Amino acid sequence: MFPLVAENLVVEFQGKHVLGPVDLRLDKGDIAVILGPNGSGKTSLLKALHGILKLKLGMVRWSCLETESVGKQMFVFQTPIMLRRSVFENLTYPLRLRKVSKAEANQRATEWLDRIALSASMQVPATRISGGEKQKLALARALITEPEMLFLDEPCAALDGKTTNEIESMLQSCVENGTTIMMSTHDIGQAKRLAKNIYFINKGKLECIQSAKTFFVKPSSINASKFIAGDIIE
Amino acid sequence: MNDIWDGIVQAFTLIYTLDPDLIKISLRSLQVTLSALAISCIIALPLAAILTIQRFKFRRFTIALLNALMGLPPVVVGLLVYIVLSRSGPFGVLDLLYTKTAMIIAQTIIITPLITSIAHQSLRELWSDYHDLLISMNTSHNQRIKTLLWDARRALLTASLAGFGRAIGEVGAIMIVGGNIDNATRVLTTAIALETSKGDFALALALGFVLILTTIALNIGTHWLSKTENEGRW
Ligand SMILES: Nc1ncnc2c1ncn2[C@@H]1O[C@H](COP(=O)(O)OP(=O)(O)O)[C@@H](O)[C@H]1O
Ligand SMILES: [Mg+2]
Repeated sequence: MFPLVAENLVVEFQGKHVLGPVDLRLDKGDIAVILGPNGSGKTSLLKALHGILKLKLGMVRWSCLETESVGKQMFVFQTPIMLRRSVFENLTYPLRLRKVSKAEANQRATEWLDRIALSASMQVPATRISGGEKQKLALARALITEPEMLFLDEPCAALDGKTTNEIESMLQSCVENGTTIMMSTHDIGQAKRLAKNIYFINKGKLECIQSAKTFFVKPSSINASKFIAGDIIE
Repeated sequence: MNDIWDGIVQAFTLIYTLDPDLIKISLRSLQVTLSALAISCIIALPLAAILTIQRFKFRRFTIALLNALMGLPPVVVGLLVYIVLSRSGPFGVLDLLYTKTAMIIAQTIIITPLITSIAHQSLRELWSDYHDLLISMNTSHNQRIKTLLWDARRALLTASLAGFGRAIGEVGAIMIVGGNIDNATRVLTTAIALETSKGDFALALALGFVLILTTIALNIGTHWLSKTENEGRW
């Protein structure tokens, strides 16, 4: 399935240029962090790579047939979208879509409930749990399908430290299990903790693509060094 | 005034003693309306879902048409069904005029646009919530329709209840196509109209009470059904 290659990607909304042209390549095992200020195009880039955004120009290519790649990638939205079902049924949903047997789906959902500490609320409507619990549930619902590729859009925006910690360690362990991650954040600390490679984006342009180690020491764009220093980019 | 009072007393006696005529007419009413409701739901619910998720060529036109049909006076529907089913009409050979089938057809035509329209409203709201998630999970058309219909089932129940209320209380159309024939096509509303015009308030009132009770019972039943699903509001 890997590498994922994007060429000359351009996204517009109602004629307004928001992204690109972007060229990038993503290899298996990466934890790629898209870092950039609000409105820089992080969400648009992730959605374009995932294939749920109409491209103005360019292409996104997996090294396998599209019919294969679509089922092996999951997306966790910045504001978790909960099905109006119980917590438990939210977890079994993607498995049932994939024709996993009911017994196996239930068993895997039970395991994941335990992992995200929501066993006690398994029958509660997913729309009623707290924001942090929703985010963990959304992540578990993506991971339960054992995706090869996981896109996350600011998974920890607006979460407390404890939940952020839990989510970050879930991400670490899913990478150990062979999932490749691309996530966005505007939190420099999170990028430092998680990233192998940094994609710094500003005003729709990828200004730096560097390994995390190099990026934080010697960013290749002036805006990036300002961003790291906590200055305002205009 | 005395007449009316006598009528009320007699009405309750009829109900209390389970008057055979009363029972027969009531059951016939239920049979006709529940059949029409079942057919309507089979058409209306999937149609509403398709209108929600699919962007086809005549979508706007279909929605406008449905709204127009919803405003169609039932008597006119009766007239049209009469013309189509009458001896010289295109379906005259089927010999359906003045049968329960004709009444079911008329009621189906009257309530299908109503149910579709109400169902479409709630499905659209749910779809705007689910859209990104279901697209991202690469769901098929059928899976989307199933998910929407299932997760909106309470609202859909309410929609079909509105259809039931409209159908069972309707008199003009079924009078025209059913003919209000004793022991064949006489139902609650047409019987009430007849008995009232004859001055037999007792039976008319008794039938009226049954009509009201049926509607209330169904409402309570539905309410209870969705309550026992224990989640309550989402
Ligand atoms: N649906 C949309 N319609 C119009 N403009 C949009 C839409 N979504 C995003 N934008 C614009 O595109 C730009 C990039 O947005 P986004 O990708 O959400 O950035 P980020 O996720 O980095 O905050 C912003 O200027 C935003 O206003
Ligand atoms: Mg964003």
